Amino acid sequence: MLSVQNLAVARGGATVLTGLTFDVPSGAALILRGPNGVGKTTLLRTLAGLQDAVAGRFDYPADEGAYASHADAVKSALTVEENLQFWADIYGNSVSDAIWDQFDIRDLRTRIAGTLSAGQKRRLGLARLGVIKRKVLFLDEPTVSLDGFSVRLFADYLRDQHLAQGGIAVIATHIDLDLAATTLELEPFAATDHQPDNGDEAFL
Amino acid sequence: MIALLRRDLMLATRAGGGFGLGLVFFLIVVVLVPFGVGPETAILSRIAPGILWVAALLAALLSLDRIFALDHEDGTLTLLATAPIPLEAVAVVKAAAHWLTTGVPLAIAAPVLGVLLHLDPSAFVLVIVTLLLGTPALSVIGTFGAALTVGVRRGGLLLSLIVLPLYVPTLIFGAEAVRRGVDGLDPATPLLMLGGITAGAVALLPFATAAVLRMNLR
Amino acid sequence: MTIMSMWGYANPKRFMGWTGPVLPWAFGGAAVCLSVGLIWGFFFTPDELRQGSTVKIIYLHVPAALMAINAWIMMLVTSLIWLVRRHHVSALAAKAAAPVGVAMTLIALATGAIWGQPMWGTYWAWDPRLTSFLILFLFYLGYMALWAAIDDPDTAADLTSVLCMVGSVFALLSRYAVNFWNQGLHQGASLSLDKEENVADVFYQPLLFAIAGFVLLFFALVLMRTRTEIRIRRLRALIRREGQ
Repeated sequence: MLSVQNLAVARGGATVLTGLTFDVPSGAALILRGPNGVGKTTLLRTLAGLQDAVAGRFDYPADEGAYASHADAVKSALTVEENLQFWADIYGNSVSDAIWDQFDIRDLRTRIAGTLSAGQKRRLGLARLGVIKRKVLFLDEPTVSLDGFSVRLFADYLRDQHLAQGGIAVIATHIDLDLAATTLELEPFAATDHQPDNGDEAFL
Repeated sequence: MIALLRRDLMLATRAGGGFGLGLVFFLIVVVLVPFGVGPETAILSRIAPGILWVAALLAALLSLDRIFALDHEDGTLTLLATAPIPLEAVAVVKAAAHWLTTGVPLAIAAPVLGVLLHLDPSAFVLVIVTLLLGTPALSVIGTFGAALTVGVRRGGLLLSLIVLPLYVPTLIFGAEAVRRGVDGLDPATPLLMLGGITAGAVALLPFATAAVLRMNLR
Repeated sequence: MTIMSMWGYANPKRFMGWTGPVLPWAFGGAAVCLSVGLIWGFFFTPDELRQGSTVKIIYLHVPAALMAINAWIMMLVTSLIWLVRRHHVSALAAKAAAPVGVAMTLIALATGAIWGQPMWGTYWAWDPRLTSFLILFLFYLGYMALWAAIDDPDTAADLTSVLCMVGSVFALLSRYAVNFWNQGLHQGASLSLDKEENVADVFYQPLLFAIAGFVLLFFALVLMRTRTEIRIRRLRALIRREGQ
């Protein structure tokens, strides 16, 4: 389970969110909402360990977190299968056969990724999540440039595979993924007080 | 780690990977030098060690900005930072891939181009040895520079500005060893210094590279 | 009054407070010392036997060369303080020192060239010392270019600090490499210029004043530039706060 206590996060030297406290139990998803710039990406990156928190703490099983944004990390010179195999190797897994159908890329296996359409590329990028088999996913706008069919495909994967097997997902999205998820409105947590000794604020 | 190395080598050798560009650049620089300094055999063979080393260094520089920039653009670097391999290992692997795709081919091609510059045949072995010994340092230092400038758009020029001064000791000892060989002197001291720089750089710089990558990914 | 630790003075606001009154004194002291040192040195010292009046350029050359190196060392120390203790003023002082260090390096190189012409018959020789300063100059340029290229000031401070550390190691390596290299080129270089050895007392005393003047000038310039950098950051923070 993911537990967050009194977390404050900063972007570019300015604190954007403070006092975040929430728990996400196994098998549950949390949807982050809020206007652009409120700090959804910053929060997800902090939880994924890409940047340091300003204050507070968070906890989830070690080596179980994974981050995904709208950048696919797909190499256009490699085939679809090579792309997935690379991530499987990095995480010490194998590419399970079910992945190909779950993300509807079976027919594309031997295609060079550079020849894929934007939507196919996104599906390949998301299929990475099925390959690395991490329990706690931090997803930043995962459905950008996906068509309705692919969104349902991805939502099905999250619901029927990831969450059903006890996974956790924290998702920043504007689209209704039709998951049994709690929604966290971030705007009330927007930082108003200024944290001393952090970035620019030390100069005020 | 092996997977990352294999992928980087695969990417480098496939279409658009830029493999061989450095080699062609090396060839062109060496061909251009006689046009600049004149065709006299004595002059060319005198400056051949230095030209080969400077040209190899510039050729290695050429492909540095690809080391992290492409992975940064498509988001791979962020994912690698959260993957179960330490960024220090990523730094080592990236440098190793760069060395295998530029340093080694350059070292092998150098004697062939040495013929064009009337390099003393007795120095052929020394050219290969010094380049094999020195180019790992160039790759590791260059990887550090590439990590520093990964967040900078069009960082290629900045990368050169930062990396070239760092290349000075390697260049001095590398070229000096070959020159001593040509002059019939004992090249052991510069060779040892060159090896020392490479060993030190390979051992320590990946930590700085990883630290810098973390700073850039924040 | 509470006792403030040494680090307290590095808080941006307090730093602005105490440096404001200090700054005119630093500039004043620099002006006095430089005037005394240079006027004394240029006009009231005898011509040296072998080198004639050309030797008097040491009153610019030696202090500038000293400060060129000291500026880099200061940048290294402040960079380390930033990396360890995250004091913003420390990082900004390093940033502020670099252009001053470059200027000092250029003065040292230029006066060296002017001195070299009558002494060695050439403006430039690949003497180990000259070459080392040229390389130092390149390191300064790379360091400043990196500061200029990164948008986020804290990331820029982090990256330049690491570059300063790595650069210091390689600058030292280059120094030894260059010594080695020039010996290899032409044995027993005759162009070595060890000043202190043959500098007699009459030349030495004004030199001390000139050095003190350069130190104070460096201190004042870095202080002034650091204050400017702090104001820039404060402005940035205010603009951001307005935007929220």
